Amino acid sequence: MILIRLPFSLLLLIYQSAFLALGQIWANKVRSILTTIGIVIGVASVTAVIAALTGLQTRVLSEFESFGTNKIFIFPSTGGNRFISYYRYRFHNEQFEGLLEHCPSVSDFTRVMRGRIDSIAYGTRNEPNVDVTGIDPAWHKIENRSVILGRQFSLVDVEQGRPVCLINEKTRDKLGMSIDCIGQSLMVGQTRFLIVGLIETRNESSMFGGDREGLEVFLPFTALQRLQPYSGFSVVAASRSPDVSEEARAEIGFFLRKTRRIRFGDPDTFRVEAVQEFVDRFRTVAQTITMAATGVVGISLLVGGVGIMNIMLVSVSERTREIGLRKAVGARPSAILLQFLVEAVMLCFFGGAIGLLAGYGLTSAVKSIPQAHLEKAYIPAWAVALSFGFAAAVGLIFGMFPAIKAARLDPIEALRHE
Amino acid sequence: MSAVIHLDNITKVYKVGDETIRALDGVNLKVGENEYVAVMGTSGSGKSTLMNILGCLDRPTSGTYLLDGRITTRMGAASLARVRNERIGFVFQSFELLPRLSALKNVELPLIYSRSGWWSRRRQAREALDRVGLSQRTRHRPNQLSGGQRQRVAIARALVARPSILLADEPTGNLDSATSEEILALFAQLHGAGQTIILVTHEPDVARHAKRIIRMKDGRVWSDLAVEEDAARYGSATSPGSQDWKSQHSN
Repeated sequence: MILIRLPFSLLLLIYQSAFLALGQIWANKVRSILTTIGIVIGVASVTAVIAALTGLQTRVLSEFESFGTNKIFIFPSTGGNRFISYYRYRFHNEQFEGLLEHCPSVSDFTRVMRGRIDSIAYGTRNEPNVDVTGIDPAWHKIENRSVILGRQFSLVDVEQGRPVCLINEKTRDKLGMSIDCIGQSLMVGQTRFLIVGLIETRNESSMFGGDREGLEVFLPFTALQRLQPYSGFSVVAASRSPDVSEEARAEIGFFLRKTRRIRFGDPDTFRVEAVQEFVDRFRTVAQTITMAATGVVGISLLVGGVGIMNIMLVSVSERTREIGLRKAVGARPSAILLQFLVEAVMLCFFGGAIGLLAGYGLTSAVKSIPQAHLEKAYIPAWAVALSFGFAAAVGLIFGMFPAIKAARLDPIEALRHE
Repeated sequence: MSAVIHLDNITKVYKVGDETIRALDGVNLKVGENEYVAVMGTSGSGKSTLMNILGCLDRPTSGTYLLDGRITTRMGAASLARVRNERIGFVFQSFELLPRLSALKNVELPLIYSRSGWWSRRRQAREALDRVGLSQRTRHRPNQLSGGQRQRVAIARALVARPSILLADEPTGNLDSATSEEILALFAQLHGAGQTIILVTHEPDVARHAKRIIRMKDGRVWSDLAVEEDAARYGSATSPGSQDWKSQHSN
């Protein structure tokens, strides 16, 4: 019976204490508001900082997303051997033959070669700052950039190194071509290339690769390789999903060690890097930063807690006679303790609620800062729970001392108190 | 007559610096059911200490105190709180009502800390206010009541948990003589209804209303007589050297 009644009577006591505390807070409105300002500012700044950092994180992650989180970059590397010959250093086409068959987690790959072309010419116009890139047909799928006019490269274009090219809209406009530029031809260096397709200009607001002028010309990989046969290239592969990028990496590593004939025990002469890894690493770093910043800002909550403790001490000494009377009519020390503890926690809770509202205000203010890339700032649910939890904890911790002081008061002394 | 209160060789020693003060020095006392006792004494006679011990607000240094046949001297703070809650009703000189609460809420206060079901609380508080004749004033706050009415509310609060003893410490100390008479009449009425009352006072006029008078001196019971015998020994209105007796009390 007592076991059934105990939680019930405890709840009842808390309920009554909450009522008393509300009355007390209401009776000292101005004082209560001033007291909770510390908590208000603490919670507001914690939530705003979390919101800003979460917004930044969301934005960067979505940037990664558009970049393709299943992408894997493969570069040649010296493997720590400074005297490695360039011939052994650079990639060779045959090293990638059969990659898809041997790497089941890889869905596609494309070789990518940067062109060392001085200028592009169309008629009399000459354009020096153009990115010329040699690609395989799988490039479209991996980079998620398709042709909006004309056609993609076909396998035949690449196999035979045919003199065809794709350009983006910006290049077309810069060179002063007509809107339908398909069938025109360009001079890439000394060679004439036929334009077969038009590619969308990449979104320039992107955080990555938003540099240069964005003038792009794409050639079939083999065609560019024929122009500059001794240039190295890198490879971009796509795993079947971001989840298996780790497996894909391992498979590629295993495959390349074999095709590049690296002996057992020797270091890799290439690097394989998955975007997903960067995402994971970024997540970890971002979480650490968020936690650290929250901790630093959370110190202001502690300062607020000291304010709460101070006002609770005042409240205890102001109400000494009341405490004495309550004890005389049979309040147990635990009941007195609970009464003051609930009052402190409630003060902090109100502070937390007001602080949260202020935090929402701050967040929308942060959002509207131009050039800060914080449009995606929002207060996540866990931050709301965290700030309320923290406020309540501050109330408990800093309310404990005054409450214990009240609970320990001697009723005789308390009733004699003036 | 069964003893409600049984004090056996109670002592209370305070240490103030190097000095030890024996506030109570071997007090033996029995109070039966439905007695009406007045405790008198000069300041320093130990009557306040006795009051605190009777009210379970304080524990004696040695000796045994049985309240309703239970030994209270070995109880912890929480058990003593429960004893105060269920068996003792306090009435103070300065009423000690909580200013922000209505009369009814003030009367309910002890029940908040009791095991009484929370449905019956209001009804019990109303009944108690009814007993002191204030059933029309339940919603008033203390500052909207006269001194006598305030003390009635305080008495209702003391009675609400139906205690074994009503302990009144100078209940008329802050009241004018007419109101004092009113309050004392109320005490007489409660006593008539079977309430055990212990009244601490220094005023012989107040003590006269009790049925038994205990005079304290130097921490001991000096005399313990029925009111008629007491009057015969110490004079009807006052006490030995009535004027000094009174002049020594200024509170």
